[in-house]
Amino acid sequence: MTDLIELLRGMKRIRAVEQGIADRYMVQPQQMRCPTHLSIGQELVGALAGLALKPSDYAVSSHRGHAHYIGKGGDIGRMLAEIYGKVTGCSRGRGGSMHLIDESVGFMGTTAIVGNSIPVGVGLGLAAKLDGKEQVSAIFLGDGATEEGSFYESATIAAVRKLPVIFICENNLYSVYSPLNVRQPKNRVIHEMVAAYGGLDTYFVEGDDPEATTDELQKAVDKVRSGAGPAFIEITTYRWREHCGPNWDNHLPYRDEDEFENWKERDPLPELERRLLERGTISAERIASINQDVEHEVEAAFKFANESPFPDESEAYIDEYMA
Amino acid sequence: MKFSDAINDAMKVAMRQDPKVLCYGLGVDDPKRIFGTTEGLIEEFGPDRVFDMPTAENAMTGVAVGAALAGYRSVCVHQRVDFFLLAMDQLVNSAAKWHYMFGGQNSVPITIRLVIGRGWGQGPTHSQALHSWFAHIPGLKVVMPTNAEDAKGLLLESIFDNNPVVFLEHRWLHNMEGEVSEGDFRIPLGKARLAHQGDDVTIVSNSFMTVEALHAAEHVKAQGVGCDVIDLRTVRPLDWDAVFSSVKRTGRLLVLDIGAPMASVSSEIIARVAMEMPGVLKAPPQRLCLPDHSQPTSPALTKNFYPGSGEVVGAISSLIGRDLEKESLQAQQTWAHDVPGTWFNGPF
Repeated sequence: MTDLIELLRGMKRIRAVEQGIADRYMVQPQQMRCPTHLSIGQELVGALAGLALKPSDYAVSSHRGHAHYIGKGGDIGRMLAEIYGKVTGCSRGRGGSMHLIDESVGFMGTTAIVGNSIPVGVGLGLAAKLDGKEQVSAIFLGDGATEEGSFYESATIAAVRKLPVIFICENNLYSVYSPLNVRQPKNRVIHEMVAAYGGLDTYFVEGDDPEATTDELQKAVDKVRSGAGPAFIEITTYRWREHCGPNWDNHLPYRDEDEFENWKERDPLPELERRLLERGTISAERIASINQDVEHEVEAAFKFANESPFPDESEAYIDEYMA
Repeated sequence: MKFSDAINDAMKVAMRQDPKVLCYGLGVDDPKRIFGTTEGLIEEFGPDRVFDMPTAENAMTGVAVGAALAGYRSVCVHQRVDFFLLAMDQLVNSAAKWHYMFGGQNSVPITIRLVIGRGWGQGPTHSQALHSWFAHIPGLKVVMPTNAEDAKGLLLESIFDNNPVVFLEHRWLHNMEGEVSEGDFRIPLGKARLAHQGDDVTIVSNSFMTVEALHAAEHVKAQGVGCDVIDLRTVRPLDWDAVFSSVKRTGRLLVLDIGAPMASVSSEIIARVAMEMPGVLKAPPQRLCLPDHSQPTSPALTKNFYPGSGEVVGAISSLIGRDLEKESLQAQQTWAHDVPGTWFNGPF
């Protein structure tokens, strides 16, 4: 069973890192000089990456991948160093916020093109099946990626070859500034569409309920691990900040303040904390101590990133090919 | 051994040697076995390592990338280059970039076998030779063998290279016979082959055009004109030393290509020779490529579309400033212009 206190800690870690980025991103002169897509509001699924999956499981993600990287166990200091363009970054400053990797915890990479990492995750699933080690390959994607051909192709290959792959779709309603109703037919329900593909177990859960989401995701992962073939889970969520960058954007005429306020009220992070306190699963003191631990960890990570050196300019011109 | 059998031989050698080598793609285990090149693979190596695929070129390529990250070497097969265009995202944004983009900590050893069509009505979308596109992408290697020996040695080298390799087989070469070395025989990528020697003209060629070049070189030799024929074998990396040292000796350059001229490997070779060898050329460099145009279908339209050995002799004439006889060479082709020989009866 998933440790809900660890889930709460995981969500807090992600929010603290993302909030830390948002607070520093616009400070002049700007130091984080790459497109950065924050996961504030979407911490739950990322935090579950490390709890529903094992360290030996594979995971890939997309442009909005900070939460998944952190949740799977990726080193926060190296992620921040990457965003700052430092040589200690997880991609030595060649990838930025959209290309995060920590293979030591099975986090095999995030990529910037929508739908691009999906078949890569299926290939990791193929390897897992051939290796016969009961590994699962998790693919984090958004609602926009389900419109890509690569998603349909990947789901088909995973289904035909019965691969241990779980497609974890966070539906946050928007692709950049384009809402679902201009991108998908009115009567489409994403998880129902995927169920109609055949060959995948499909699940749906509202992401404002942290426990229901945990249970449903764990159920799906366990079934995939048992050798039953691939699964798809759709989880509703909402991104609080602008598509790319640290700012609020509710004033822009593509969504409104009421919608945001509604989702903010349904934020699963305080909801989980409230439930655990109510049940006596956790004390206020323990929460305070977690908050302090997280704050110290994130501060240390920013310090590491800030104090790290930049790569030598000559590093722009190496590693085109592997010997 | 036939070129297609040499490919098959290389596949078997690689798969016997390394259990991590996989082979998949639409039709690899179907009754036709990709022009015979995947014959016997599923029987020997089983359905876990050799398998058909959904018609999903892009995801299939991404699957190869993912499997590579976990230690597998995939050989992906496509019966025409043109279908593979659906996979450009995975080729360019994933396979070619992965090693660099993630700080050099992992790489993507995959081999993508693509067949270039020609003639028999293959038309605009079944006969494109797009090696120049692929060669434009840092991070890729691009291989295009001409004979059976090279096909085997280069394919084995490609499979065991630690980087993504696009391996281009011209359909008209599949039936060509040649001596082929036994066992695990490899040819390094980036080393051209001097297919014919002579001191008057340097002909730089690739893939099927090397066949035409060799006929032309023999034909003009009898008329007292010596040609180096440099068969590039790989166009990325490209063996610049071989090109430069030959041009330095001959002072005359003719570049042959099986693709369109605009922004191509042929453009690049002529540009670099012009830039880096001032004063060496005795005549303006020449090239023979396909017309800068889409390829037609009807045999009535393809009749003079593809340059052959006669046109090569014409270009040599112009480089040396002397008329050379070519009609007797052209008269040697007794079969229809839109097939590689009487063995080819279609359909593709």
